[in-house]
Amino acid sequence: MNDPHPINFIREWRKPGSSRMPYWLYTDPEVYRREQELIFNGPHWNYVALTVEIPNTGDYKRNWIGERSVIVVRDEDGSVNVVENRCAHRGTQFCQEHSGNRKDFICPYHQWSYDLKGNLQGVPFMRGLKGKGGMPADFKRENHSLTKLRVTVHNGVIFASFHPDVPDFKEFLGPTMFKYFERVFDGRELKVLGYNRQRVPGNWKLVHENLKDCYHPGLLHTWFVNYGLWRADNEAQNVMDDEHRHSAMVTVRNEGGKGEATSGVSSYRENMELNDGRFLDVETEPWWDGPTAVIQSIFPSVIMQQQINSVAVRQVIPRGPRAFDYIWTHLGFADDTPEMTQRRLRQANLFGPAGFVSVDDSEIIGLVEEGALQSNDAETLCELGGRDIADTDTHISETLIRGMYQYYRKVMEI
Amino acid sequence: MDTNTRFAVQDLYSDYVRCVDDTKYEEWPDFFTDECIYRIVSRENYDAGLQMSALALEGKAMLKDRVYAMNETMIHAPYLQRHVVGIPKIHSADDGVIRAEANYVVLRTKLDAFSEVFNTGRYLDTIVNEDGRLKFKERICVFDSELVPNSIVYPI
Repeated sequence: MNDPHPINFIREWRKPGSSRMPYWLYTDPEVYRREQELIFNGPHWNYVALTVEIPNTGDYKRNWIGERSVIVVRDEDGSVNVVENRCAHRGTQFCQEHSGNRKDFICPYHQWSYDLKGNLQGVPFMRGLKGKGGMPADFKRENHSLTKLRVTVHNGVIFASFHPDVPDFKEFLGPTMFKYFERVFDGRELKVLGYNRQRVPGNWKLVHENLKDCYHPGLLHTWFVNYGLWRADNEAQNVMDDEHRHSAMVTVRNEGGKGEATSGVSSYRENMELNDGRFLDVETEPWWDGPTAVIQSIFPSVIMQQQINSVAVRQVIPRGPRAFDYIWTHLGFADDTPEMTQRRLRQANLFGPAGFVSVDDSEIIGLVEEGALQSNDAETLCELGGRDIADTDTHISETLIRGMYQYYRKVMEI
Repeated sequence: MDTNTRFAVQDLYSDYVRCVDDTKYEEWPDFFTDECIYRIVSRENYDAGLQMSALALEGKAMLKDRVYAMNETMIHAPYLQRHVVGIPKIHSADDGVIRAEANYVVLRTKLDAFSEVFNTGRYLDTIVNEDGRLKFKERICVFDSELVPNSIVYPI
């Protein structure tokens, strides 16, 4: 770790395994602080931007890795740099725009300037004025760059890490997750359709749980159940990397309607018909290669969503133990027809902070957080499909959640 | 601008607010023409010319689907809304088409909680007369709020 400090950590996760999660995982400030150190500052690749967002020299985008603000910028060589948004002098978080274009970065406090690689260029009055003041003679600008992060760019998606020993990106994902990553990001030019930003009043891990919980969509989400988009009788693959930290929920929609998968499901509405079917005017795309939805959780910072024709990068930014920001970058591809763009826009009504379906998730996460706050001395139950961890072809399983917490315990040393 | 038009637009705005704040959501689509546009979109997207909205409904049928969803299928903690809408600025009223805008603030009240600012921005409206009643041909709610406080269920 490049920025260690001691942690007075007192929580004890007494039971072995990861089929019961103590509620303090979702509420405790010390746990949260340790996550910042060992997970967000740890040897993990964090999503920060798409190359299409910074096409030209000097284009930058401000973002967050855990609690730390970073700037993703394209320099004169055309390479992508990620630097911490904190002046090396007095610590000012100097960049406040979401994005823009700069020749250099200048901290407004004392006008220290940095080039697009984060190197300190200018220090006003560095040698003093009229022979007085100034920096000590041994001050060297090259020792006071902005914090420079490790960067990897794969098929238009930019990840960064504060950790010096972060593994190669392909190794970080593992072959199965890499395959699903490249299913969407195969090198095609991406097109950003827009953003949605919401603050969800729940612990950041709950959203990963939600997108590893293949049991809930066929119960919570009436829309999915009714129209066969995601329900218990879908053909399914729920798979992980070898470390079990990442996952993909892979499914093939069916015709919907009544059946074994809807009997006893109170969210099923037998007579639910859309007044306007364009919400679900699905066109099969060749690159899907079978699945109609793949929801990929890339630990710890992002979820890649393809759900019918709606494609989105959903970034997870922790905001204290009891909240996270959920930033949606809705995507299409540069070669989409206008009709396909329109279709992606329409189907996006299912997702995001006002989505017919996604509202269920962010609201439920808030309710789980409320439940966790009620007492610390109890635990959640996570035993569907058993207590072990393995890829599965049924939705009636919580194996992906157990997988994440197995890895989490290892990296958190709890 | 004739005074009648000005009053008529103000009446439309206040009737809309009454409908939504009184949770008479089934009546909400009737404020729109059949071929309407209703969008809730961040100022960030709108100003950048990005097409994505938080919600984008085309036609009254989609509005009815939204009402069904908010009443029957979407799971969320209950809340009430209170809209405060500024005096409309009427940009034009030519050939029966009125273009107007107004600032709004929506306060949200959740159970066991204080009222809070939920969403604030401006309405960008295109209004037409349909069978003697003014209706929205287009209502775009462009919100300033950088973050949606969890979720938007009901109409703005």
